[in-house]
Amino acid sequence: MADRARFAEQAMEHMPALYSAALRMTRNPADAEDLVQETYLRAYRSFDSFTEGTNLKAWLYRILTNTYINSYRAAKRRPEVSDVEDVEDLYLYHRLSPGQGTGRSAEEEALAGFTDEEVKEAIEALPDAFRIAVLLADVEGFSYKEIAEITEVPIGTVMSRIHRGRRALQKTLAGFARARGLVAAGPATGP
Amino acid sequence: MVAHDGRGGCGDGASDVDCAEAVRQLYVYLDGELTDDRRLEIAAHLDECGPCADAAGFEAELRAVISSRCKDRVPESLIARVAAAIAEEETFRGSGPAPSSAPA
Repeated sequence: MADRARFAEQAMEHMPALYSAALRMTRNPADAEDLVQETYLRAYRSFDSFTEGTNLKAWLYRILTNTYINSYRAAKRRPEVSDVEDVEDLYLYHRLSPGQGTGRSAEEEALAGFTDEEVKEAIEALPDAFRIAVLLADVEGFSYKEIAEITEVPIGTVMSRIHRGRRALQKTLAGFARARGLVAAGPATGP
Repeated sequence: MVAHDGRGGCGDGASDVDCAEAVRQLYVYLDGELTDDRRLEIAAHLDECGPCADAAGFEAELRAVISSRCKDRVPESLIARVAAAIAEEETFRGSGPAPSSAPA
């Protein structure tokens, strides 16, 4: 059992990561702030159910994710798109122009060129289940098992969501690379 | 050789893993979630197959780019708001290590 009096000193340091995740989830700063505050209050109230010495960050993310799904998403009453178009592995890599021999390759140029806004937009374009899985894996670095616990779904489902979500993300990023002339014409992009 | 889509061939070398298999396992490999045996098999393939190694390098770098582009600055006002909300809650409950005796 964790001591509630020590909640703030342990939990506050995770706020930057939680706030970023909340922004990607809600897609707007006002809702993200409310979501983070609600998450901290709920966490504080149930801190005695947190087992000291286990992963506090993962525990906070579980509360954040639950709060988002149960409150914010529900409040929108928006029919949630539950699927993404599945594209092939290495979608982006296959579409970037092969290196021209000298100078920076299209791959390097694309990677260096993606802006914060583009990457955020690409993540925020994913449907909830895929967005949350990709965020937890690629931005926060949680393991499959931790993500399964945070989102309360089986590991197989987690893996499928992460992998499909990443491929869908690559499709959006490929659009940004194409706008910079970094995508090769050819079979990969269609006639 | 479907996996490379004209980005150069691959000898498939001596390892038991072919390119299609390596690409299929790439995410799990990069996530560090394969069993030791499986991880070594994929690593052996990447060692001997330039195109797959390039693709793996690209995917790993892309992951790093995505992570580094998603940082946001927490507004000072939010930190203050959360701290105040917790302090208020503490006052209401009475702080201390006996939460079960806190009023409902």
